[in-house]
Amino acid sequence: MLWLFFFLVTVIHAELCQPDAENAFKVRLSIRTALGDKAYVWDTNEEYLFRAMVAFSMRKVPNRETTEISHVLLCNVTQRVSFWFVVTDPSKNHTLPADEVQSAIRMNRNRINNVFFLNDQTLEFLKIPSTLAPPTDPSIPIWIIIFGVIFCIVIVATTLLILSGIRQRRRKNKGSSEVDDIEEKLESMGTLANSVPCDSLDMKGGHINDIFMTEDERLTPL
Amino acid sequence: MAQALGPDLLVDEGADGRPQWDNKFQYLLSCLGFAVGLGNIWRFPYLCQTYGGGAFLIPYLVALVFEGIPLFHIELAIGQRLRRGSIGVWTAISPYLGGVGLGCFTVSFLVSLYYNTVLVWVLWYFLNSFQQPLPWGTCPPNLNRTGLVEECQSSGTVSYFWYRQTLNITADIDHSGAVQWRLLLCQAASWAVVYLCVSRGIETTGKQPRWPVLVSRNNCRRDAVIIALVNSLTSLYASITIFAIMGFKATNDHGQCLDRNILSLINEFNLPELSISRDNYPAALLHLNTTQPGRIAQLPLRACSLQDFLDQGTSGPGLAFIVFTEAVLHMPGAPVWAVLFFGMLFSLGLSSMFGNMESVITPLLDMGIFPQWVPKEVITGLACLVCFLSATCFTLQSGSYWLEVFDNFAASLNLVIFAFLEVVGVVYVYGMKRFCADIEWMTGRWPNLYWRVSWWVVSPLLLLGILLSYIVLLTHRSPSYKAWNPQYELFPSQEEKIYPHWVQAVCLLLSFLPLLWLPASALAQLLARRRRENTQLDTALKLQDSSGC
Repeated sequence: MLWLFFFLVTVIHAELCQPDAENAFKVRLSIRTALGDKAYVWDTNEEYLFRAMVAFSMRKVPNRETTEISHVLLCNVTQRVSFWFVVTDPSKNHTLPADEVQSAIRMNRNRINNVFFLNDQTLEFLKIPSTLAPPTDPSIPIWIIIFGVIFCIVIVATTLLILSGIRQRRRKNKGSSEVDDIEEKLESMGTLANSVPCDSLDMKGGHINDIFMTEDERLTPL
Repeated sequence: MAQALGPDLLVDEGADGRPQWDNKFQYLLSCLGFAVGLGNIWRFPYLCQTYGGGAFLIPYLVALVFEGIPLFHIELAIGQRLRRGSIGVWTAISPYLGGVGLGCFTVSFLVSLYYNTVLVWVLWYFLNSFQQPLPWGTCPPNLNRTGLVEECQSSGTVSYFWYRQTLNITADIDHSGAVQWRLLLCQAASWAVVYLCVSRGIETTGKQPRWPVLVSRNNCRRDAVIIALVNSLTSLYASITIFAIMGFKATNDHGQCLDRNILSLINEFNLPELSISRDNYPAALLHLNTTQPGRIAQLPLRACSLQDFLDQGTSGPGLAFIVFTEAVLHMPGAPVWAVLFFGMLFSLGLSSMFGNMESVITPLLDMGIFPQWVPKEVITGLACLVCFLSATCFTLQSGSYWLEVFDNFAASLNLVIFAFLEVVGVVYVYGMKRFCADIEWMTGRWPNLYWRVSWWVVSPLLLLGILLSYIVLLTHRSPSYKAWNPQYELFPSQEEKIYPHWVQAVCLLLSFLPLLWLPASALAQLLARRRRENTQLDTALKLQDSSGC
């Protein structure tokens, strides 16, 4: 009798969990890709852990706090490693709707990943899309801060440069105006000969002394 | 009696007011600063890749030996001998050639517009390098946060950052899109930095080695050869680096393509992980195809060919940005390297911008457009402001396509023509014997056969040949460009599109407008001379009449 009962149970379980069954999900693990040399072997103990995690995720759903590990059924485990799983209700006659299972898994995806040292790409739940973390944008992007710093430095340097240029030009103008004053004074004094202005020697007002003109003729030529 | 003027001028002024160098080393470094610029690291690799890759180096070397070095020697020698600005030099050679200087001024203006845009892009990357992880290392998640943005997944994170987050590029040059405020801010900062450095002229920032240079006993031949060789070696080194990185990336992508195919196979047939390696993939595929072709046909297996990955590498103005940022991502301490690299690019570009801006500002000052009392800072500021406002067209979403237009048409044809006129003007109008005598006076040696043959025959012929073939090719085949279109079937390859008619008209305008200065100025000279002769004739006649009385 007991033997028949076990047979019935396994038959029912087999019907509930089948590839492409209703409310069944396929899971694919890539342990060697993720961990390389530290990869562990996928055996029945790991399967037990997986069923525990799924049951844990379902227990967090409001109406399903009584989900047990035995309610999670695995089947068609291949060498890939891939398998199908369903979650049944306490009566073990029906499977829980796919939406509930999907939302439960999505909310606890991170913890399931961490338990197996895998990530969203190496522990795939086909048909359950992963939720990516929101982009961690700081309130002010960093480039604006650096831009502000550089721009302020440039404006300050430009202002300093322009001011120093104006100051230099003012000094040059003052210097050249001093030189101009001296030059004007020189011009007004006229050319200097023995520090006596030549203008005071009024050449045009003099008389030519004829005596001196004939001096050369008195001397006998050599 | 003479009193010393100007007690604290930083620089001695020569007899004609042009600043002189404190020593030879400063002059050489500044020449190098002008000669080595963004063109070596950004422009040469992308031109090299667009026009044939390694095979492009052969015409490059030929042009370097027979055109680049001789022409640069002429430029240095003439500038030092005549000691005038770019317009003055041409009027000194022949009054009718004054238009060449004006044309060069226009070309310099157009070049500084788009050259500074590249600096803007460098500045943007520089500002974004101060964070870990670098923003071009990850794709942003899409709106539902269920996966990554589709465009980023197909093209790669670095290309996505360049095309979408920097340029926000449209699929067509027709669709201009909106002005990107981020790039506009960076452009304002960039032009402010340029103004800061150029405002007081070469006194404060280091000297600028083009025409207004005087070194009385110099060896312009040796300088020309050294600078040209340094320039070429830098270009070659930069392109070797870029091509090496692209080869590495293509190999990587090819491996990843194979891995994706292998993963599809393993997932479909539930084979254990790592059971198919890259080497036995073809054998495994064949075996599975013969046993179960139906299931194989359903799989999205992609044909992975290394040649395809090498061919579909990026091309265009973004090449240096995409390739070097990709490389930096893989280095430890990536933000430090990124900051150093983009800081280096910015200072390289800035030093060349000094040369460009001086070529724009010095003719403005020489032509005497502004009255004497306007200080130089104001003129420089006005020039920078005009350039900044004109260059806002490059911050549009289609700005990168416009930059290609400017790069291809404003710079290439005009510079070849002006180089040709320079050689012809110096060798045939100024006189070969006179020029060689000047060089002997400056350097102590008559130029040897290589120089004379190049100046006399080879350079003009080569330049003429290039000019004619360029014009013929242009008329034969409508110019086209590569557009970044996410809706294209072969995305992430770029779609080849032909320029619309109005853009082709703009290209023609850019190519020929600077050349119009030549006949215009020659005509003006002719008319002025004719008028002068007429007035001389009139005054002579009047004198005759008056003396007759």
